[in-house]
Amino acid sequence: MGHFLFFLLAIICFGSVLGMIISKNQAYNALLLILAFASLGGLFGLLDAPFIAVVQIIIYAGAIMVLFIFVIMMVNVRYGIPPEKKKWTLYLSLGLAVVLVIELILSLKGAFSLPGSAALDKTSPADLGRVLFTEYLYPFEITSILIIAALVGAIVLVKKREKE
Amino acid sequence: MIPVSYFLVLSILLFVMGTIAFLIKRDLITMFMAVEVMLNAANLAFIALAKSANSIDGQIIVFFIITVAAAEATVGLAIILLIFRQKKTIKSEDIKLMKG
Repeated sequence: MGHFLFFLLAIICFGSVLGMIISKNQAYNALLLILAFASLGGLFGLLDAPFIAVVQIIIYAGAIMVLFIFVIMMVNVRYGIPPEKKKWTLYLSLGLAVVLVIELILSLKGAFSLPGSAALDKTSPADLGRVLFTEYLYPFEITSILIIAALVGAIVLVKKREKE
Repeated sequence: MIPVSYFLVLSILLFVMGTIAFLIKRDLITMFMAVEVMLNAANLAFIALAKSANSIDGQIIVFFIITVAAAEATVGLAIILLIFRQKKTIKSEDIKLMKG
């Protein structure tokens, strides 16, 4: 059952990212990406991370992608942007991608043989929260400064300047 | 039990697909989405290894990564909107000048 779910979700995720590369339409790309993020949320659930799975679906597939779709609607490029005419850039990037895959596999070789532990002991949101607010309290507080900075930065960037 | 290596291989494939999409796509919004794909590949590796190590710290790090990605998406999309307003295009090769 676990293997079946893993392969189903992995194929959905991989296929939708592949579709994102092939498709030219930005709105379709965003929808495919939502599908990919939702299936990744399912994979997180398989890995004993229920809270992260929910956060992934609510924040990533929900909030962030709504933001993307909102910007796509605002930018509203009617014509699709055609793919690069020069063929050699495609072949070069595919070749480099193969090299990158080999390099990553070599660097992670040691981790492949790690045992999949049976089940995590503490995975409930309460456990996560306890660790977050004790051991990781300072990073958590610093994150709030980051979010305020991003919020103010985005507003200042997009605000239309008054004519002086 | 599903071995960790399956998740790591999927994570590698997703990361490389994100890189390819970033390199061959030509509109800024899709390039930005490719960056999100790469971040998610890293998240998957973190959670798989957290489970393997029987520790919850990996999940905390993923929590922070998602927060930073949200902040990054806000600022990045604001910059894309600004570029579109000034240059009326979001094609990456039309944007060559540092000073608009």
